[in-house]
Amino acid sequence: MTSSPATVPRWVPATLVPLANILLAFALSAVVIVLIGESPWQALKLLVLGAFGNSEAVGYTLYYATNLIFTGLAVAVAFHAGLFNIGGEGQAYIGGLGVGLVCLALDDTLPGIVLIPLCVLSGALFGAAWAIVPAYLQATRGSHIVITTIMFNFIASALMVYLLVNVLIDPGQMSPETREFRASAALPYVHELLRAAGVPLATSPLNLAFVLALLCCGGVWFVLWRTRLGYAIRTVGFNPSAAIYAGIDPARTVILAMSISGALAGLVGVNEILGVQRRLLLDFVAGYGFTGIAVSLMGRNHPLGIILAALLFGALFQGGAELSFEMPTITREMVVVIQGLTILFCGALEFMTRPYVENLYRRLAS
Amino acid sequence: MSRRGTTAPAAVELRAIDKRFGSVHANRNVSLSVPAGTVHAIVGENGAGKSTLMRILYGYYRADAGEIHVGGAARQIRSTQDAIRAGIEMVHQHFMLVDTFTVLENVMLGAEHGALLKRGARRARAELTRLASEYGLRVDLEATVGELPVGVQQRIEILKALYRGAQVLILDEPTGVLTPQETELLFRVLKALRGRGVTVLLITHKLGEVMAISDEVSVMRDGRIVARRHTATTTEEELAELMVGRKVLLRVDKGPARPGATVLRVEGVSVRDRRGAERVRDVSFELRAGEIVGVAGVAGNGQTELLEALAGMLPVASGRIELLDTIIDQSAPRSPRELRRLGLAHVPEDRLRTGLVPQFDAADAAVLGYQGERAYGHLLLDRRALVADCLAMMTAFDVRPIDPLLSVSSFSGGNQQKLVLAREMHRAPRLLLVGQPTRGVDIGAIEYIHNRLIAMRDSGGAVLLVSVELDEIMSLSDRIMVMSGGCIVGEVPASEATERQLGMLMAGISSARTESAQIGTAH
Repeated sequence: MTSSPATVPRWVPATLVPLANILLAFALSAVVIVLIGESPWQALKLLVLGAFGNSEAVGYTLYYATNLIFTGLAVAVAFHAGLFNIGGEGQAYIGGLGVGLVCLALDDTLPGIVLIPLCVLSGALFGAAWAIVPAYLQATRGSHIVITTIMFNFIASALMVYLLVNVLIDPGQMSPETREFRASAALPYVHELLRAAGVPLATSPLNLAFVLALLCCGGVWFVLWRTRLGYAIRTVGFNPSAAIYAGIDPARTVILAMSISGALAGLVGVNEILGVQRRLLLDFVAGYGFTGIAVSLMGRNHPLGIILAALLFGALFQGGAELSFEMPTITREMVVVIQGLTILFCGALEFMTRPYVENLYRRLAS
Repeated sequence: MSRRGTTAPAAVELRAIDKRFGSVHANRNVSLSVPAGTVHAIVGENGAGKSTLMRILYGYYRADAGEIHVGGAARQIRSTQDAIRAGIEMVHQHFMLVDTFTVLENVMLGAEHGALLKRGARRARAELTRLASEYGLRVDLEATVGELPVGVQQRIEILKALYRGAQVLILDEPTGVLTPQETELLFRVLKALRGRGVTVLLITHKLGEVMAISDEVSVMRDGRIVARRHTATTTEEELAELMVGRKVLLRVDKGPARPGATVLRVEGVSVRDRRGAERVRDVSFELRAGEIVGVAGVAGNGQTELLEALAGMLPVASGRIELLDTIIDQSAPRSPRELRRLGLAHVPEDRLRTGLVPQFDAADAAVLGYQGERAYGHLLLDRRALVADCLAMMTAFDVRPIDPLLSVSSFSGGNQQKLVLAREMHRAPRLLLVGQPTRGVDIGAIEYIHNRLIAMRDSGGAVLLVSVELDEIMSLSDRIMVMSGGCIVGEVPASEATERQLGMLMAGISSARTESAQIGTAH
């Protein structure tokens, strides 16, 4: 055979290609920053320091990443079943409703240790329920899940406005929000816990939901690659006719996969409602559902990749906010441009750099 | 035959063609010169590089190195457009026709001559009438292509090529979908083309056809042309040996069958496909332990649906199936999982679309259909058990490379098929349904697979074999049933079957004894 290595090892496309994509996105962002007359080097420094410079910054970055891990996992599980779940936004919103309703109903009577797991369960169930309807329609009627989940985002949004304005609003108040939950219904902040353990940490919204997100990553990996259900999900996703051949019911598998997906998205409500806001309010999902698609794509639908991608996007959120604060010429919109470029290169143009990176690797390796 | 003198330039000449796909060296310094007005066969195993070579000639791929000469002059062929301009046409294994268009519209496609169709249509009609009578390619120009049988569709492809002025015609496995009679007709057309100076390049793996039609034959192996022979001076055995690089047994050695108790009884079964069309009509037969029953037929005559219904993938619309002591009918359907538990195994016709998940690793793929078995763990899947079982299967069936963690798509077609066979035969099933066991499989692996099927029969298993390869049906089966239009139109003991008789049954001519029936116009 030939002297050059025949195949490129799997870790090359898995690590070097995303890295090359990020560098390309940053390079193009640098060009844009130069065009508006700022120093890209300075901007990068502010961005990185803003995201990781101190414990407060890290706290914020991880807090954003928590939401993105949940929605990224949601997209990934559906993707392994061959489904494109665009409805993370709505499922997260309704998941928050599930969390909030349990708190409002029971925070006077139950201690936190019982109430909080109940809230988590309720958030997951509500999110799952919101995903099951499109899944059922897809599995039995062939209604395309991309269309139905998008529509369900709008329905969720309208439903929440109705509920908060007309039903759940705290009487005697202008803004459409519920009353604040009692102290028992609060997920502890990480800085509170660490301070109690003697580690001084700046205040940030990072709370225990982050740990839940990491547990979910392990759980998703285990379910997909170590259980019969995961085997069925992957078979249906890759090859539906092989699933029929193997005696796997595709309709049932689609519905199960989507309910897991919806439940994961619903856990955004745990981080936002139980961890930070501590009351139910409008629009707390703020686009995490959609960004989750990019996170999952960039993380190659693998929990480990999703953690890394969520960290990157969390850092962009947090560092970007700091950047626009420190450099007034770089507006909030400019930061969105940088995020957009990252999504463009890592998501949409994922494979563009692959042949070049692989060729380069081959040349260096031989 | 009509070969010209040595001074005339070759119709096509490939010089030192070299092509790599990543690490695969598909063509290594291949040179081939084909005289005008001859039929040149190119044979070789899968992956030998014959399709790549022809695709380079037709402009699909560009060679890394080498030259192409057409009619004595060097030509740059960068796209199929260039190839067509140089008078080279290709008839694909899968036809490139628009099903909802008429024959005339299909032939005109890409050669409409202007924005309005009327003038082009008139021209095409006149030219096609001339070509049809000249080469005996009679086709109804107003018929909708989707409603025509495949043999006729292929004729349209050839007409299309001729209409565009083909001087060199490449045919890629042209007889895979044809009945023996249609094949005969095709060969008659090819001979007529040769007589008029058209050069035919024929890619095939059926050595019998090479002997029947070609003037010369080139054998490819590992990207090289390893031999070139005048067809008249070679034999099938020699060609097979050249293709594989070692001696090959073309006939299957098997003793007489010793049929035992009835394993499968099918009574008046009809099956509808997923769109609701009736594809199997009132089929009845029996299958006993220790025999192989072959189902012959042109692809698309209900064999696929029959297999899927027996395997539980499609419901039985009417009639009933008795598998050992279990009755399966409309009111008592059985899922593929239940049927497997009863002792049925199924090697589906399309291994990549149905029998395997190409993205899985071999260990995961080796339990597809058996993933629910307790041996693989209770709630969870026991990966160690999967890998161990996969290793055992790979060893037993000589699957190479022996690596359970390699993804299915990295194995060659023959090894993928061996993996499916291993999985299905591993548990010594009472009944094995096999569809196209050697489609796209190398000669060496074919020999192996055939021997395993015979071994299964001899150890008391019942085998239902569906194949479009008549040779395979005839050499493996103990009894042969022929399907046409969803019905079983005849059953013949294998020892008495002839290709001609089966061919006529396949073509839907009900009585095999009316041999005087119009063979040529079947369809």
